Amino acid sequence: MAQPLLQVDDLSKRFGGFVALDGVSLSVEPGERLGLIGPNGSGKSTLVNCLCGALHNETGTVTFDGIDVNGLAPHQRTRLGMARSFQLPRPFASLSLADNLRIPLIYSANVRRGSHFSASEIDARCGELLTLVGLDAKARRLPRDLTQVEMRKLELARAMAADPKLLMADEAMAGLSHSEIEDIIKLLNRLSERGITIILIEHIMRAVMSFSQRLVVLVSGKKIADGNPQDVIRDPEVERAYLGQ
Amino acid sequence: MRSWTFTLVAVVAGAALFALSRFVQNDYFFFAGYVVLQYIVLSTAWNILGGYCGYVNFGTAALFALGAYTSVAIHKFHPVPIPVLIVIGGAVSAVVGLGIGYLTLRLRGAFFSIATLALAVVIQTLIINWDYVGGSRGAYILRPQTAPVIGSYIQYLFLIMLVLAVAAVAVARLIERSRLGYGFATIRDDEIAAEASGVPTLRLKLIATTLSGAFMGMAGAPLPYYVGYLDPASGFNLAYAVNSIAMPVIGGTTTWIGPLIGAILLGTLQQWVTVTISSAVNLLIVGLLLVAFVIIAPNGIVGLVRPLFQRGHR
Amino acid sequence: MSFPLDLLINAIVAGVLLGGFYAAVTCGISIAFGILDIVNIAHPAFIILGSYIAYIVNSNFGFDPILVSIVMLPAFYALGAAVYQVYYVSFERRGQEALRGLAFFFGLLFITEVVLILVFGVDYRYVEAVYIGPTLHYGFIDLPLRMLVPCLVSLLLILVLQVCLTRTFIGRAIMAVAQDQEALRLMAADPIRIKRIAFAVSIATASLAGAFLIVIQPVEPSVGRDYIGRVFAICVMGGMGSLPGTVIAAMLLGVVESFTATFYGPSWAPAVSFGFLLLTLAFRPAGLLGR
Repeated sequence: MAQPLLQVDDLSKRFGGFVALDGVSLSVEPGERLGLIGPNGSGKSTLVNCLCGALHNETGTVTFDGIDVNGLAPHQRTRLGMARSFQLPRPFASLSLADNLRIPLIYSANVRRGSHFSASEIDARCGELLTLVGLDAKARRLPRDLTQVEMRKLELARAMAADPKLLMADEAMAGLSHSEIEDIIKLLNRLSERGITIILIEHIMRAVMSFSQRLVVLVSGKKIADGNPQDVIRDPEVERAYLGQ
Repeated sequence: MRSWTFTLVAVVAGAALFALSRFVQNDYFFFAGYVVLQYIVLSTAWNILGGYCGYVNFGTAALFALGAYTSVAIHKFHPVPIPVLIVIGGAVSAVVGLGIGYLTLRLRGAFFSIATLALAVVIQTLIINWDYVGGSRGAYILRPQTAPVIGSYIQYLFLIMLVLAVAAVAVARLIERSRLGYGFATIRDDEIAAEASGVPTLRLKLIATTLSGAFMGMAGAPLPYYVGYLDPASGFNLAYAVNSIAMPVIGGTTTWIGPLIGAILLGTLQQWVTVTISSAVNLLIVGLLLVAFVIIAPNGIVGLVRPLFQRGHR
Repeated sequence: MSFPLDLLINAIVAGVLLGGFYAAVTCGISIAFGILDIVNIAHPAFIILGSYIAYIVNSNFGFDPILVSIVMLPAFYALGAAVYQVYYVSFERRGQEALRGLAFFFGLLFITEVVLILVFGVDYRYVEAVYIGPTLHYGFIDLPLRMLVPCLVSLLLILVLQVCLTRTFIGRAIMAVAQDQEALRLMAADPIRIKRIAFAVSIATASLAGAFLIVIQPVEPSVGRDYIGRVFAICVMGGMGSLPGTVIAAMLLGVVESFTATFYGPSWAPAVSFGFLLLTLAFRPAGLLGR
């Protein structure tokens, strides 16, 4: 019996008196494409931060690939196979694009394998990833020379360089044009075809609907819906809370 | 240039420098040279944590003085060859650096910096209250007249510091080109993204602090023999605190060359100003240069010069 | 070791008075670091500057040092605004506060100390005023006026600041700017201007704190360095940005330092604040982790 890749049980997080997440539970199967939506301030990014270890949740357990990750530092979780991209891109400003990808390769993928990637193998993988996102021409440039959408792609490529089993894409499409959004969706689809489980956190309904196999809705820190995308958006509670009457 | 080749070149250059200097009759050259070499070690050490990782250590004087006072304490117990003192001094400062790092590096960089400031005051307080090493009155170390092999004792001290300087620079360059150096750079650029990419940031920061502290302690260990008399005022001298920051910032913090350039330029300038004007004015100039560079040329001299070399390079 | 009651009570009383003074010293940092997130380690330098200005006027004209510092408030305010402008243009705007900002303030701290050494030398300087010297006695409790007056004025200062922060528009804007710059902009307040005002106020408090300092003890240029650890320890322990918290933490530190000085010797006092700092960082990290 296949166990879920990610199992979240009763996760809560408060900031002083403010409850950001209230008993959130969800599970994600290997290879699944999960969409996570909700109004601003509903706790989506907080959830991602708790899952990755950037924040500490007060209650609840997070089990990844059968391992309880509570107490593990973010870098340890990345090495286990959980990767995330940041809502506002956070590239390593003093490193070239190729070196930006080299970091997760050296520090995550290489560590996990047990056997070392040689320097040329690392170079090859950097090149391959940059080609995948269409940035190979700028391999030696610095992140400050990139456009907005290129930064988003770099962000995703860097998450990919860690060779993850699960990728959490945090609002990778905000503020992009129609064709740029298409680009990102195509990229995510290609990743999904490689067998990577993807959680897509987004506001752009068109993208979420076309990409997700399952949809989870978060409102005020609580999960109010979880299921087939078509059913979820027709749920009256979801309409009321998020989509508007 | 591969790292081992560089190390070889550095050693040869150092040896050549020493060989040439043997022709110099004036002892002042060795006294002044010792100070400049000492600053090369201190700036390079500071830069491993400050420039590479982005964590500013204000307590250089404390870690440096610890090395010096360890030598005094051991000397009073039983005199021991300087190289041994260097190893012990380095170890003591490394451990203290590691300790302060362990307590504060989990927090924001600003808190680490503040803690290092306070650490300097505390260690100074402890030393002042420790009568065995002379407390606030200070301690005398009798400098031997001659040294093994080399002959002149000051030339012996000069040679020791030269070896330390070569070692420090070689280690800094080794780190810079290695996987460790990449990790350090990500900590400086964006620590949160570094963690998310699998970089064990705490461990790397502790490595940097320990290495940095070790070299500072090693630079301090021979000091009592150089000055002959050590008291807290000179050991914890203001000059060490500001110079170890000013030299890398002015030289350039992202590479091993920066601290080297900063130490040589600023160190020589200071020797000249101290002798011709006064030591207080000298410190004022350093402080003003630091603030000026930080505002106008944040990447230091290296940052100003580098674009000139990059035409057609990439 | 025995703790005679009268000695103990006096140590505590002295500590409370000292704490009041420490609160004045720290309130500037509570604003600059606690609210604005600017690591102004040069704050003690501005305080010492205030001390020396009080000294110059007092020794030449005989005016009361605290009054002098009140007159100097606008000058310090302007100085603070200027310093913030440089800080903002050079570092905050470029996003390089971490290393550069710290080095900048360290440079300022250092330059101030060296200039003072060059101008005044390393001798201790002190002021003369009506309340330096007399001591009130209640039974076995001694209340030196030179500690009591600064303490009372300091608490008054903090009260005024707290009222301004919570009741005026600018005050509330200052507290808001720490949390949400965008929202503030939408309310037609310029965040940069608000921050500049706040920082200028923090430097203005240094004028008063400097007068208090030189009333309480003789001053020489390196005295400022003792206060860096104290100031940040109190600010952090007091909950960053909270003025009431600052007062409580300051009193606590004052009492512990006074106790240590009375029973173990004054040369250990600087170590106390560092111990405080370490304890704080070790046990209150939840509020301090990577903001």
